[in-house]
Amino acid sequence: MTAMLRELLKQLFKRPFTNKFPSKRIPESVNGFLEKAEKGKAKINPAIPVPEGFRGRIEYYREKCIGCQLCTKVCPADAIVFLPKEKKVEYHLFRCSFCGQCVEICPVKALEFTKEFLLADYKKD
Amino acid sequence: MSEGKTFKIAVGPVHPALKEPVQLNCEIEGEQVKHVDIELSQVHRSIEWIGTRRNPVQVVFLAEKICGICNICHTLCFCEAVESIAGIEVPARAHYIRTIAAELERIHSHILWAGVAAHELGFDSVMHYTWKLREKVLDTTEYLTGNRIGKAIVTIGGTKRDIEEKQFGKIREACNYYRQNFSRLRDIFLKDPIIKARARDIGILRRDDALSLCAVGPTARASGVKKDVRQDEAYAAYPDLDVKAITPKELLGEIRGDVYDRIAVRLLEVLQSVELIEKCLKQMPEGKIAYESKLAKVLSDVKQLKGEAIGRHEAPRGEVFHYLKMVGEETPYSWKVRAPTYNNILSWIPMLKGAQIADIPIVAASIDPCMSCTNRAAIADGKELGNEKLHRLSVEKTRSLKKGPGSERGNCN
Ligand code: SF4
Ligand code: SF4
Repeated sequence: MTAMLRELLKQLFKRPFTNKFPSKRIPESVNGFLEKAEKGKAKINPAIPVPEGFRGRIEYYREKCIGCQLCTKVCPADAIVFLPKEKKVEYHLFRCSFCGQCVEICPVKALEFTKEFLLADYKKD
Repeated sequence: MSEGKTFKIAVGPVHPALKEPVQLNCEIEGEQVKHVDIELSQVHRSIEWIGTRRNPVQVVFLAEKICGICNICHTLCFCEAVESIAGIEVPARAHYIRTIAAELERIHSHILWAGVAAHELGFDSVMHYTWKLREKVLDTTEYLTGNRIGKAIVTIGGTKRDIEEKQFGKIREACNYYRQNFSRLRDIFLKDPIIKARARDIGILRRDDALSLCAVGPTARASGVKKDVRQDEAYAAYPDLDVKAITPKELLGEIRGDVYDRIAVRLLEVLQSVELIEKCLKQMPEGKIAYESKLAKVLSDVKQLKGEAIGRHEAPRGEVFHYLKMVGEETPYSWKVRAPTYNNILSWIPMLKGAQIADIPIVAASIDPCMSCTNRAAIADGKELGNEKLHRLSVEKTRSLKKGPGSERGNCN
């Protein structure tokens, strides 16, 4: 018997390795399912928690920002645009590569990582 | 079909057996490949061009986007180049962290490749099994760097994050996991009679061919060329670790330079990386993780650099090479990236000669090609050959044909 056949037979008695996220069965539309879950109509099968220090979606605290533009100078993806009139910046999630340079350089901690990772969408806003 | 008659088939640029765009023009006689011609340049991302419009601090993370699988190697090379122009000294601890990250990347890349190879052979159960094993290294990477793929840990003059004593446990656990599973992987890949039949003496690259075609990485080592940047030009923490280039001889007792050997070398290198990481954990010195912790200061330090430098690193697929020239401006004057696939691609020609059509996918996959990292933009007369110019050239050609003799046929073929 080959080594792989042995592994496959063993697998028959094991639980699947994959964590079934977000639902146990494939929903017709994942986004539709998530919307339903938000309204409490469906139950999400929980994801494996992300570790400490995970680099997820970036939260921008507009009121803290002093408009120093340092973040725009280190962003490799041009994901942060300066708004000269308001002396604030605009953060574009869809361009961000989650490198964390802006979070590191911001002198007033107006940019912070969150643990959010479900970010794919059909719309850019 | 009459004896000796050949015909041409094109595999690619978009082909289910090739994961990335490249075109293999094969001359076929019956089932046998007689000759191969390779057409590159089907995918461009203009990364170098974008890089010359960003400051070095930004380019570090742009370089990371060159390759999803081996991103440490590009950031590392670029940082090495900037550091040597700016005369920045990297603290010893940072070297160790960089090395651990680079070796985790190698484990990931080789195991991912093993899955792809199994898939090319039609063994999808093996693919899923290998990729199940791959999860452990991705989890460890996420735990150490904050993301599974984009590590963002190497930076100019050091690293972004420290690897603390309390994190060692998880790294050791991952090392043990791969140590234990190594014999399983070895049995699945190297003892299986069908994999053996499909990989033994298929796609042979002889040692002298590997040398004359400048093959690098596991492709060269599987043919018995003992080259490895970690051994020959040790950098980062590698001088302390005493790395030896691995050939299939250690496991199989002989070197044939075929697909089977390339599988064996990569599996052995997984084990080698595990050992290197364990050594790193044991020897890691205390100290700073970067020459300067304030990013704003780094930004001003690299603002007006002058000079040129190179960066080299042994990536999972072979040697990566970056060339950087700065002329006192904020942005690089020139940045050239040479990915290992560029060197390995010509080995396809001797490997595929005499092979059967059905062997093309596995032979092509056996060098672990990465076309998007390899291809560069075409530049003519110092200007990019853009859409408009190409169109104009085409129009001009049509016009000249119309004027010239034989134009009534319209086509010059
Ligand atoms: S994380 Fe990186 S890519 Fe994203 S906005 Fe910040 S600097 Fe730009
Ligand atoms: S670095 Fe911080 S304070 Fe400065 S512009 Fe960016 S978000 Fe605002």
